Amino acid sequence: MKIQNILILIGCAIALTAASLWMGEQAYSWFPPQAAAESKLIDELFSFLVTLGTFIFLGVTGTVIYSIIFHRAGKYDTSDGPPIEGNVTLEVVWTTIPILLVLWIATYSYNIYAEMAIQGPMEAMHIHKMASAHAATMEEKGTFSITASNSIPVEKIEVLAKQWAWVFRYPNQNVTSTELHLPANRRVSLALQSADVLHGFYIPAFRLKQDIIPKQTIDFEFTPIRPGKYRLRDSQFSGTYFAAMQADVVVESTADYDQWLKLAATHKPVPANNQAANEYTQKIKGAFTTGYPTVIPAPPPLVNFSS
Amino acid sequence: MTNTQIENPKILLETHHHPPTTWKTYFTFSTDHKVIGIQYIVTSFIFFLIGGILAMIIRGELITPEADLVDRTVYNAMFTMHGTIMLFLWTFPVLVGLANYLVPLMIGARDMAFPRLNAVAFWMVPVFGIILMASFFLPGGPAQAGWWSYPPVSLQNPTGNLINGQFLWLIAVAISGVSSIMGGVNFVTTIVKMRAPGMTFFRMPAYVWAVFSAQIIQLFGLPALTAGAVMLLLDLSIGTAFFDPAKGGNAVLFQHFFWFYSHPAVYVIILPVFGIFSEIFPVYSRKPLFGYKVVAVSSLLIAGVSGFVWVHHMFASGTPAWMRIVFMVSTMFVSVPTGIKVFAWVATIWGGKLRLTTPMLFALGGLIMFVFAGITGIMLSSVPIDIHVNNTYFVVGHFHYVLYGTVTMGMFAAFYHWFPKMTGRMYYEGLGKLHFWLSFIGTNLNFLPMHPLGLQGMLRRVSSYDPEYAFWNVIASIGGFLLGMSTLPFILNMIGSWVQGEKAPDNPWRAIGLEWLVASPPPVENFEEIPVVISEPYGYGKSEPLTANLEKQELARDLN
Ligand code: HEM
Ligand SMILES: [Cu+2]
Ligand SMILES: [Cu+2]
Repeated sequence: MKIQNILILIGCAIALTAASLWMGEQAYSWFPPQAAAESKLIDELFSFLVTLGTFIFLGVTGTVIYSIIFHRAGKYDTSDGPPIEGNVTLEVVWTTIPILLVLWIATYSYNIYAEMAIQGPMEAMHIHKMASAHAATMEEKGTFSITASNSIPVEKIEVLAKQWAWVFRYPNQNVTSTELHLPANRRVSLALQSADVLHGFYIPAFRLKQDIIPKQTIDFEFTPIRPGKYRLRDSQFSGTYFAAMQADVVVESTADYDQWLKLAATHKPVPANNQAANEYTQKIKGAFTTGYPTVIPAPPPLVNFSS
Repeated sequence: MTNTQIENPKILLETHHHPPTTWKTYFTFSTDHKVIGIQYIVTSFIFFLIGGILAMIIRGELITPEADLVDRTVYNAMFTMHGTIMLFLWTFPVLVGLANYLVPLMIGARDMAFPRLNAVAFWMVPVFGIILMASFFLPGGPAQAGWWSYPPVSLQNPTGNLINGQFLWLIAVAISGVSSIMGGVNFVTTIVKMRAPGMTFFRMPAYVWAVFSAQIIQLFGLPALTAGAVMLLLDLSIGTAFFDPAKGGNAVLFQHFFWFYSHPAVYVIILPVFGIFSEIFPVYSRKPLFGYKVVAVSSLLIAGVSGFVWVHHMFASGTPAWMRIVFMVSTMFVSVPTGIKVFAWVATIWGGKLRLTTPMLFALGGLIMFVFAGITGIMLSSVPIDIHVNNTYFVVGHFHYVLYGTVTMGMFAAFYHWFPKMTGRMYYEGLGKLHFWLSFIGTNLNFLPMHPLGLQGMLRRVSSYDPEYAFWNVIASIGGFLLGMSTLPFILNMIGSWVQGEKAPDNPWRAIGLEWLVASPPPVENFEEIPVVISEPYGYGKSEPLTANLEKQELARDLN
């Protein structure tokens, strides 16, 4: 290879790397705010994959586009290209590179997944081990650190999903609510249950999702870190009013959280406002409605607190 | 055609030496693999248009945040039927149709191994298509549980009728499974048993390798899907309790049955398209397929690995951690044989003498969009990322880059490339290019915005959404309507060219391959004299003959 070509190649590689790193940085802005400790981990992993992916995408399409521009046959040129059928070195290289990349991505993903430790008590031992290993990086970013004291979950909050409503129950205070309140910077633990079909527990700002399966209780743990109000959505298609199955999630300081629980406990349970039930009862028969029968929505839940 | 003629190819050869001369042939029970191929292609294209209209209704609903165009029930029926039609009545049958047409020609056979089985398998397609469509006329409308039909939602039957949308849906899917198993048996037998003398495995075109690998998947995977569909049907209609948790069944078990087939099914769909790319790039780059043997074998590897990845669709189900990790790694490994193919195509193009005809444009556009889909695919296989984006529009964007950007674009490439062979006419290049640009721009406008939507948390299958998602949805809808329009120049081109296009020579692209050695369109029995193959495929730039008896073949043809 001529020196000139090598220089061009190096130049391309540098440009590609710069572009990829830039894209990797942009990736953070494509997400909702990072409201749980887990969301930081996932965003980092995603940014890494965007960087790698951009490099590969630009590399491949750049080569193709270069060929399209510079390797076109002339109008009356009916000759053939060079009959190159293969090149063992090249083939070995481009088999090895993907294998190494896959191993790298898989290991990185596994580590992130282990650090998240979202699947309840079966991984409880894990949390302590991983949390101490991870505390440093979290602190470096100056945000939040999981320590031994706050890595022990607060009471288990019961989450009941039904067609089409969410009900949250705090067993210690016997409080029920259609709004999920969580203390910030504390590990929280949920017990997910479904009354009828599959539902999915999903808070985009937390980057966390877990299917809820009828006749099973699924433990789910995570750590909210950013006070504010977020949306909980149903991520597993659950029938007619699926899109309306949403709830608010409020992350607040431990003091506010305790106060909210106390206050809610004093309220008398009343039927909550429920979009699916409303739509079902108010259904208007217009020109384009078909009136296909639907599963009748569960009656509005009786709760101490509703948003 | 009477039965005796079908039974006796000799008579057929003497009396009907010509390819079908009237369109009526295509409505009969023909056993000619080429007629069946075109029957498959045309039938599935009609369903593609129906599925496309449903997609327009979906995008129409999603252009505003409120559920204001159709009822929520209708919306659910729309995306269920759209997904079902696009998969079971467009991609599967259209690819089988193309393979039916090409495989016997490419391996130097006179027909498929079991011509009548082939015809029966085809005729099941309109039958289950009509069964599925009939559900639009039921009081409760079509199935509304998505093309996965996960129980218990799919077992809820608010109409109370035995014959409901879900019931017809399951019957249609079961028939589709049986039809595809028949096809699988036929293809595998044909490729193993019917190759011309000298057509060793490593002289088969990469397309035939790809079809072979894809059809092997059908044989091991489809029984699981078909069994799952039948069990769900029993649960729904006579009250068994395989999957109904209320009666002690296991809802997640269905997901295993379903994805054990339906993930590999993705490769059933995409492998033949990889095959199409492997045929098209060499012709229009005028270079041999780089690393042909590796490309060929990587198809089989993909088929093999594909059997061990299905749980990646269930990362967010009640799946234990160890299983999540095992299936993450196996899924990622599919990218190795796939990457090998991509690099081989790029190396084939590199330094060639490129000719940007319509098929080449579609193949190049499809390749670029496939690279993009592959990258988002790797992201999805990473468990932590999947936990966030699973069931969001990120996934919808990803698989449309596969299903539209790659598979459907690849099919269009194939239609244009083999159109002269199939019809004996040339298509209009101008309309073809217009079609390409409309669909390339439309696809990206339609499906790229779905990725940011998914990352922000917009879920798939929602009939209304929060206003924060409005911007990208408007762009996606505009892209969707553009994509809908892009099929018009295609339809115009195909019909117009077939009726009055310029007469096509036998080998308009100067391509190398047995199918280009016969007349356009090929005679009923394909080859006067079975060719004797003496070299590897893709001998561009090498000027060596492909068959030993080419002159004799040509002579025989001239005599007619
Ligand atoms: C104009 C072209 C198309 C548009 C605008 C379009 C649009 C959509 C949209 C918006 C959805 C999401 C429905 C939802 O989750 O609520 C969807 C789902 C789907 N589409 Fe398409 N699509 C198009 C073409 C295709 C093609 C060509 C295929 C297959 C070859 C396909 C296969 C699917 C499948 C399998 C689903 C999943 C359905 C489900 O979630 O149950 N689409 N499409
Ligand atoms: Cu739900
Ligand atoms: Cu899959």
